[in-house]
Amino acid sequence: MDLHGFGPQLALGTLMTLELAFASLGVGLVLGLLGAMAKASPHASLRWLGDGYTTLVRGVPELLVVLIVYFGSSAALGMVTGWVGMETHVELDPFAAGTLALGLTFGAYATEVFRGALATVPKGHIEAAHALGLGPWHTFSRIVLPQLWRVALPGLGNLFMVLLKDTALVSVVGLDELMRKSQIAVGFSKQPFTFYAVAAGIYLLLTVITGGGLMMLERRANRGFARARS
Amino acid sequence: MSLDLDVAVTYLPKLLDGARLTVQLVVFSGLIGLILAVPLGIARSSERLWVKGGPWAYIFFFRGTPLMVQLFLVYYGLSQFPAVRHSALWPFLRDPYWCALLTMALHTAAYIAEILRGAIQAVPRGEVEAGVALGMKHGVILRRIVLPRAVRIALPAYSNEVILMLKGSALASTITLLELTGMARTIIAKTYMPVEIFLAAGAFYLAISYVIVRLFKLLEWHLARHLRHRG
Repeated sequence: MDLHGFGPQLALGTLMTLELAFASLGVGLVLGLLGAMAKASPHASLRWLGDGYTTLVRGVPELLVVLIVYFGSSAALGMVTGWVGMETHVELDPFAAGTLALGLTFGAYATEVFRGALATVPKGHIEAAHALGLGPWHTFSRIVLPQLWRVALPGLGNLFMVLLKDTALVSVVGLDELMRKSQIAVGFSKQPFTFYAVAAGIYLLLTVITGGGLMMLERRANRGFARARS
Repeated sequence: MSLDLDVAVTYLPKLLDGARLTVQLVVFSGLIGLILAVPLGIARSSERLWVKGGPWAYIFFFRGTPLMVQLFLVYYGLSQFPAVRHSALWPFLRDPYWCALLTMALHTAAYIAEILRGAIQAVPRGEVEAGVALGMKHGVILRRIVLPRAVRIALPAYSNEVILMLKGSALASTITLLELTGMARTIIAKTYMPVEIFLAAGAFYLAISYVIVRLFKLLEWHLARHLRHRG
């Protein structure tokens, strides 16, 4: 197959796609945990905030979230710099905007996954931690999180697969990831099918590798647990 | 940041036009996808390798690659081949509307087929065996027992898939279609009011997904009517 010398460019694009995916995963996991804790909170206002977050973000197209974050951030940041008396024009670069947008989306779905997983941690374990004098942070990091992680893993894995494919959307705001590199290659070579097929092949490869990685993670997380047989 | 809501109000009719096209894309692709998915899902749940191999590869491709790549492959990619440009299908394949509809239908069919497979495999084995004991043929069992049962099991997941396609339809704007997101982007090119217009478009999407969820709840209630009368 003749790639017209665009092979290295596509490789760079793939690398950027992966960077974006993992950066968004980090943001999304934090938002998801915060969202789940907000929804399980005794304060009505926090529950309301959590519900609002998941309802809004899950009901709007991912592409629109990317566009709103990218264009909205410069307006929002402009307001902040106006307050502190700076007159400079600031905007999030495509990578930062993409990370935030995909992280927001991942977080909204992850909230539901974590919420379900949180419910499986026995209340007695938390009470036992309190009885042993563990503070809220240690209760969370030593007792809740290790149990949460195992139950949440399959759901989070599916969400990561979705996230990996959603990274293509950030090409719309000009991030040089795989999709945009392919578009540039098409512009030069006038061979749209060849390059989009190569891009599709690379995405397939990434999902297969991710799937394999997730299976290994799940096996590790489930060691010591018997599987239910049907 | 102050929001200028007048702009959103001024362009409301335009956004409504976009929303109409969005709904059209979702409804048609959802129906065509469902029709394609039934044979795919049935073949996929077969135990014979040569029957399930083809659907497996189809589903693997469409679920493993971004919808955007699929759209670009169909809309921009196919024109690379002179044979396609000279075929009778070319008037359709160079039109972004038909390309979006075709790609979305093929895409969603893969997901629906997986939902159907899960539902078919979730039909209790005993009910199929009861059909066999009554002397029903394979086709009759499929038509009278497995499929009606699977439809009810699959419905909630299918409604989720329709919502996902509603959100996926925004991608049609990347191949120049003026559905809700595409319309919003052209309005912004004129007014340069991205935040107001995008938020207005977002509100439209929320409203449409609310209506879809309600309609499916109604359908679910309707399909379960025979389970309610027993009280």
